[in-house]
Amino acid sequence: MAENEVPENLEPTTEVAKTTEFGLAKAFQESAPITDQSASGFFKQLLGFWVTFATMFKKPNTVQYPEVKAPTEPRFHGRHQLNRHPDGLEKCIGCELCAWACPADAILVEGANNTPENQVSPGERYGAVYQINYLRCIFCGLCIEACPTRALTMTNEYELADNDRGKLIFEKEDLLAPLRAGMLMPPHPMYPGADDGTYYRGEVPGSHPSQNPEANANA
Amino acid sequence: MSPEALTEVELITVVIDGFEVSVPKGTLVIRAAEKLGIQIPRFCDHPLLSPAGACRQCLVDIEINGRAFPKPQASCTIPVENGMIVKTQLTSPVADKAQKGIMELLLINHPLDCPVCDKGGECPLQNQAMSNGRGESRYEGVKRTFEKPVNISSQVLLDRERCVLCARCTRFSEQIAGDPFITLNERGALQQVGIYEKDPFESYYSGNTVQICPVGALTGASYRFRSRPFDLVSTASACEHCASGCAMRTDVRRGKTLRRLAGEDASVNEEWNCDKGRWAFKYISSKERLAQPQVRGEDGELHDASWPEALAVAAAGLKGKRVGVLVGGRTTVEDAYGYSKFARVSLGTNDIDFRARVYSDEESSFLASVVPTLTTTYSDIDKADKVVLLGFEPEDESPIVFLRIHKQVRKRSLPVVTLSPFTSRGSHKLRAEVISTTPSGEAAAITALSGLTEKSVILIGERLGESVGALSSALALSKATGAKLAWIPRRAGERGALEAGAIGNLLPGGRPISDAAARVDLATAWGVDSLPSGAGRTTNEILAAAQSGELDAVVIAGVDPLDISATALNSLLNTFVLSFELSNSAVTAIADVVLPVAAVAEKSGSFLDWQGQPRAFEAAIEGALTRSDVRILSMLADEVGAPIHLPSVTAAAREFANLGKWDGSVTEFVPVAAVAPVEVSGNQAILTSWRQLLDLGTLQAGEANLAGTARASVARISAARANELGVTTGDLVSVSTERGTITVPAEVSDINDSCVWLARNSESSQAIATLGSVSGEVVTVVKA
Repeated sequence: MAENEVPENLEPTTEVAKTTEFGLAKAFQESAPITDQSASGFFKQLLGFWVTFATMFKKPNTVQYPEVKAPTEPRFHGRHQLNRHPDGLEKCIGCELCAWACPADAILVEGANNTPENQVSPGERYGAVYQINYLRCIFCGLCIEACPTRALTMTNEYELADNDRGKLIFEKEDLLAPLRAGMLMPPHPMYPGADDGTYYRGEVPGSHPSQNPEANANA
Repeated sequence: MSPEALTEVELITVVIDGFEVSVPKGTLVIRAAEKLGIQIPRFCDHPLLSPAGACRQCLVDIEINGRAFPKPQASCTIPVENGMIVKTQLTSPVADKAQKGIMELLLINHPLDCPVCDKGGECPLQNQAMSNGRGESRYEGVKRTFEKPVNISSQVLLDRERCVLCARCTRFSEQIAGDPFITLNERGALQQVGIYEKDPFESYYSGNTVQICPVGALTGASYRFRSRPFDLVSTASACEHCASGCAMRTDVRRGKTLRRLAGEDASVNEEWNCDKGRWAFKYISSKERLAQPQVRGEDGELHDASWPEALAVAAAGLKGKRVGVLVGGRTTVEDAYGYSKFARVSLGTNDIDFRARVYSDEESSFLASVVPTLTTTYSDIDKADKVVLLGFEPEDESPIVFLRIHKQVRKRSLPVVTLSPFTSRGSHKLRAEVISTTPSGEAAAITALSGLTEKSVILIGERLGESVGALSSALALSKATGAKLAWIPRRAGERGALEAGAIGNLLPGGRPISDAAARVDLATAWGVDSLPSGAGRTTNEILAAAQSGELDAVVIAGVDPLDISATALNSLLNTFVLSFELSNSAVTAIADVVLPVAAVAEKSGSFLDWQGQPRAFEAAIEGALTRSDVRILSMLADEVGAPIHLPSVTAAAREFANLGKWDGSVTEFVPVAAVAPVEVSGNQAILTSWRQLLDLGTLQAGEANLAGTARASVARISAARANELGVTTGDLVSVSTERGTITVPAEVSDINDSCVWLARNSESSQAIATLGSVSGEVVTVVKA
């Protein structure tokens, strides 16, 4: 487009308007191609190619994923995990604070009553339903900040893809941490003499021998 | 307060935070501040309870005529005075510091268990600790702990650690419900809410204490840990359980009702409701709920069917046949109107009745001639100089009416007279003068009543119709004295069904069936040539006709046959039965076609309360697949070939409203003379009974925690009879007729020597099913 030309649809209708450049017409004028072809410009272009040239001798950054899986930074926000107390009881108390904090409305929690026959977490309450919808989750981590018992944390696992939308709603059993040595699968009674405060302060060492002879033998 | 008193009220002007406000004399400072939009934090203050000044959270600086109080004062206990200058936390650093100090003290022993507390998210303590408390705690000691939770009834749980000792619950129980079963024990740092060890917290109103608790100290067992306020979608609704007409709030989470709270309506339930209204909603999500229409196949079993198929089979069973319609007392006005129009237009019959209970011809006449003209309201109870209860036990049969009477009894010693076989707990709480009657002696006792004026209110329960001549005497008494009359049915839908003409002798809007002009008026409005004339059959007549073959088919909507009589179900065995039902029931078991209908939470509509005032509600559960009765009836009417053109609840409501009330003449009430009282001797007794609020009612199914607070079934006998039988309270006695025997513990009371009282439909005491009778029958009482 020539320097003084303005698009047809913007053509000013009066003489005065034609001589006074403003608005879009002025913008077209200013964006005219650079015609400076001086020698200094040529060296500037060479300088630009130097980066390309130097990179040719660098070690490539490409990771051969999925054959090679690079470790993430330690605080990378990956898939969530529902942690357990050392004796295997769940830390989640079903308080729904994570769901409340979630800006993407990705978490659904339903609490329920612990009973002596069905003690899932220490204290009165446990999370009966726990779902995280990874189609909605934005991995902001507000949920783990909201968690009052450190039940919910994030792992570094990032492989969250599937060809079925339904499978990306993770249920409680998908999110629960595995049982480690000394842990016993809930429901089981609380450590003898302990209350929820004891658990919260981390004073419960593991499942009590009387509850779990098998796990102790393995440990 | 009467209107005259309102106009004379003296206004007092006070200055709060530099703003002037004029309020009636006697207004509390905290309320005057509210009027200006100034929120003073508070816990114990409640507008419907007397001031307590228990929590001290509402401290403000007050100065009267230049003289300041030396220390901040509780604004919830001090009435306004002329020349008063109040400085709240907004303008007075002293008040602000005092409030922060109180909050800090309250929080010292308050556990930090908000994440597991049901109140979390809607907790006045949480909110006000944020708005009027210190950000950081300075307390480093050990918090006081108690064992928790304590079941103070099967439905209400107490967590004493969380209690801030505001005394709202204890004041409610004492002042509003009159059940002082919960109280503050101990003093000082050890003070805590407790119950009498021997008396469980067996109040019909216990749920209100959960609702007004400003912390999570009292929680409901059925809502425990179920949800958070942000999960819930709240809908204003109306209660379907009785004719009191409570405003309610239904909280739904993902298509499931999780709790119901008392709504606010100053003219009806104020801010209260009963436990049945609050907790009896599990029937909606019962496993027995019907999802699909069902048609009985050739194999004699019910099979799921599509709507078109079921409607076609139903229409074939009804078209051109002689059909009776039993509507039941639980339908909304719109649904009842649908049944009424369906019967007249599509079935061409007046054989329709909403009464699924014991009734009489005297009552039919009373309903047609008297009830539609009654205009008594709750405010008449407030203004009454005397309240007379006839065949009516308000605590059991209309609990909010009880609260309203109780309020006046407490406030101004309103005299209450009740005709009852004995002094019930409700009568005791109302300090009622009990005129001991036998079931057949009511008419004479009513005639003998004296001291009524034009300001008196006569409240008639539906049970009065069971006693011959009693309704006639009550009407005569009202006419003679000018006392206001009210008919209070037990079920929510009865008044509405009556107005909608779901009865054989009345068309919608109170049009008498016997009046040709009324029939023509309605036929024109409905766009049909003519309407059937001649009074239709009543419930028992429909059943008898079905049994004898005079009717070919019966349409039944949510009726429990055992509410009518022990043999009602048998009458239906040989006819075509079309059942509109929520859940599998005795009727669906024998029905030929079953059509599932929406529960109250799933549909919109309205009830008429006993005052005749509409109580409209919207669907609380969005997207429910069930349909309202009237919508199904409209489809069925199309299939039958005589359309009623009521495709939606809205259409039915609009059409019913446009019909208006009948302004022509109504039929005269036909008085019935009383019969001579029944004489009994020896082991014989006259049976008397009523339904307790919490019993085996269909809509209370599936809520074990609520059932746990029901009053125990007993047989009330007099001391003389107890002596004769050699039993004391607690010993088992058997009450029998030829049909069956009910064996329950005896309770010696001031009941008439000739009577025995049983709960009508409670655990192990189902009068109709077992004895085949509810009242007036001669039964045998022996030691079990």
